[in-house]
Amino acid sequence: MLKIEQRTEPSKVMLYATPLLALILTILSGFFLFTLMGKDPLQATKMFFFEPLTSFYNISELMVKAAPLILIGLGLSAGFKAGVWNIGAEGQFTIGAIAGSAVALYFYEMEGFYILPLMCLAGMLGGMAWAAIPALLRTRFNTNEILVSLMLVYVSTLLLNVLVHGPMKDPEGMNFPQSRLFSDSALLPLLMEDGRAHIGFVVALIFVGIAWVIQERHIIGFQIKVSGQADGAAKYAGFSSKKLVWMTFLFSGGLAGLAGIFEAAGPVGQLVPALPVGYGFTAIIVAFLGRLNPVGILLGGLLMALTYIGGENAQISLNLPSATTSVFQGLLLFFLLATDILINYQIKWLSVAKPSVKSN
Amino acid sequence: MKRWRLLAWGIVALCAGFSLNISAQAADKFKVGFVYVGPVGDHGWSYQHHEGLKAVQKAFGDKVETTYAESVSEGPDAERVITQMAQKGADLIFATSFGYMNPVIKVAKRFPKVKFEHATGFKRAKNVSTYNVRFYEGRYAAGIVAGRMTKTNTLGYIASFPIPEVVMGINATYLGAKSVNPNIKLKIVWVSSWFDPGKETAAAKALRDQGVDVMFQHTDSAAPMKLAQQEGIYAIGQASDMHSFGPDAQLTSLIDSWNPYYIKRVKEAMEGTWKSEDVWGGINSGMLSFPEMNKVVPAEVAAEFKTTVDAISAGKFHPFTGPLKKQDGTPFLADGEVITDGVLASMNFYIEGVEGSLPK
Repeated sequence: MLKIEQRTEPSKVMLYATPLLALILTILSGFFLFTLMGKDPLQATKMFFFEPLTSFYNISELMVKAAPLILIGLGLSAGFKAGVWNIGAEGQFTIGAIAGSAVALYFYEMEGFYILPLMCLAGMLGGMAWAAIPALLRTRFNTNEILVSLMLVYVSTLLLNVLVHGPMKDPEGMNFPQSRLFSDSALLPLLMEDGRAHIGFVVALIFVGIAWVIQERHIIGFQIKVSGQADGAAKYAGFSSKKLVWMTFLFSGGLAGLAGIFEAAGPVGQLVPALPVGYGFTAIIVAFLGRLNPVGILLGGLLMALTYIGGENAQISLNLPSATTSVFQGLLLFFLLATDILINYQIKWLSVAKPSVKSN
Repeated sequence: MKRWRLLAWGIVALCAGFSLNISAQAADKFKVGFVYVGPVGDHGWSYQHHEGLKAVQKAFGDKVETTYAESVSEGPDAERVITQMAQKGADLIFATSFGYMNPVIKVAKRFPKVKFEHATGFKRAKNVSTYNVRFYEGRYAAGIVAGRMTKTNTLGYIASFPIPEVVMGINATYLGAKSVNPNIKLKIVWVSSWFDPGKETAAAKALRDQGVDVMFQHTDSAAPMKLAQQEGIYAIGQASDMHSFGPDAQLTSLIDSWNPYYIKRVKEAMEGTWKSEDVWGGINSGMLSFPEMNKVVPAEVAAEFKTTVDAISAGKFHPFTGPLKKQDGTPFLADGEVITDGVLASMNFYIEGVEGSLPK
């Protein structure tokens, strides 16, 4: 007989083992799913989870896809830890891309080492400015930051559309809604000759380190943790909750904005209306998949990127529908949440039902 | 400890097993890849291209192997998907949306032996062709039917993006309707999307509320057709025969017939006679066709439609023939002057009589 028993204290092992367990369960259900769809499950699983790791090009693409997820996920996790819910990273990503691209287009066909850093700065400031709106409304008028940040995503998309149809449109582009291609000094340096992996991934890694230091070794990290877990205690200790809202929003907005301009100046090389593809939302899953821990987010971002690229692989090689990718991502989150129970509870085998254990 | 080692070896063995059968597939078939912007089930643009894939498969049977990727966003993912196809040995790749233009050009440079075909674009290379259909020919003819059938003298147009392709379609529709009905009005709603059934329905409702009784669309879903059916008004189908979505509503439809073109190009590529070209096929190329006319259309209107279609097809008549003025009244084509393809392909203004202004 199975019995679920509360642990005396949360299990440290399970905290880190459950994401792995969730992944294994996802792969197993994938087997089942592929068989039902009439595909060779071994082949399909291979395409999905292993093939993206078999060539340099695919690994570089993994970095391309993971970099924005990790950057945004890191930013979001700080807020989530403090109980500040920035759901609008997608919008901050878009505004960051717009602001950075504006700099790139201003310096069109000019050369200079300063252009790229300026673009990144503009991208971060753009993301921060967009994130400042929900922060201000929350601290001033106590509005719900989830709704405000989320709705600003749609505003940002419309703004992007207006700009690429108007002032930022390529003058030689036959009226098609996209900007000029950035000139060389406005493009991110690549990490390897063959492939699109760019310096953004390295920056993401650096931010993993920074976020870890802040979280574990800095007073702000401590304040964030306390506010998230015990608001009353935080107030008693004199931590300003307003300050935390501002800080977490600006941090996550800045990182999302940086991810945005990385995307425009990296793999795309211009501002296009289709630039925001949902990184800001997927990063929410990444943040939780990584247990709001910087190293966890790094792994979570890579795993999420893997499912995207694996999904495309499986589509091209086996004609699996593109929805398979979303199904896998959903399964992963589902199993992660489901296995969460193992952190605070343990499952025990009871060989014989003892009468004394029986409760009414 | 022992158990972990066993597990590790198990994983290694599994990976080895996977990598062994990676190169076990035969590679002598001619491989054709298709990249779609929407789902293959959109019953519009992507659906018609997918019909083309099926036709290619049917025409060549065992000699070709087809593959596709659906719902590929026009952002950074496009380049990866196209690259993956090329890497997996595709000999010919059809990229079927405008936003794939720069990605196709980039990938084509890296894979000089692979041939690429880009729909609706304007950038070509030695191994990149472009192809498109003169949809405006059909829109002009459909405009005649709409102009005759409307009782409110108000036509509606659900437009996607203000690019030349869409603008020339609006102008052609207006000119066709105006040629038979001098009191005609054309109301336009921009939805900033190629495929968004929700937005398209909302746009169709808005138009209906403004007294529109014949609806045109330059978006890919069947949602406007369904709404027209519910509301008891007429509509002109887009991309495919949408009869089943609006058996009473659909007057006629502009069917994209890619099949003959795809079969021809695949054949040429297989035989080594493929050359980079710029194809812009009209009604006479067979790339644009019409379903059976709705029974409610009077015989004389159907005849008028057919005469126009035949005249355009025979090259005796061009929808954009002077005298024509731009919306602001500046002369544009002198009496009897026919528009050039160059002007048409970069059209970014309304013809005199069309109301509203292009989104900027």
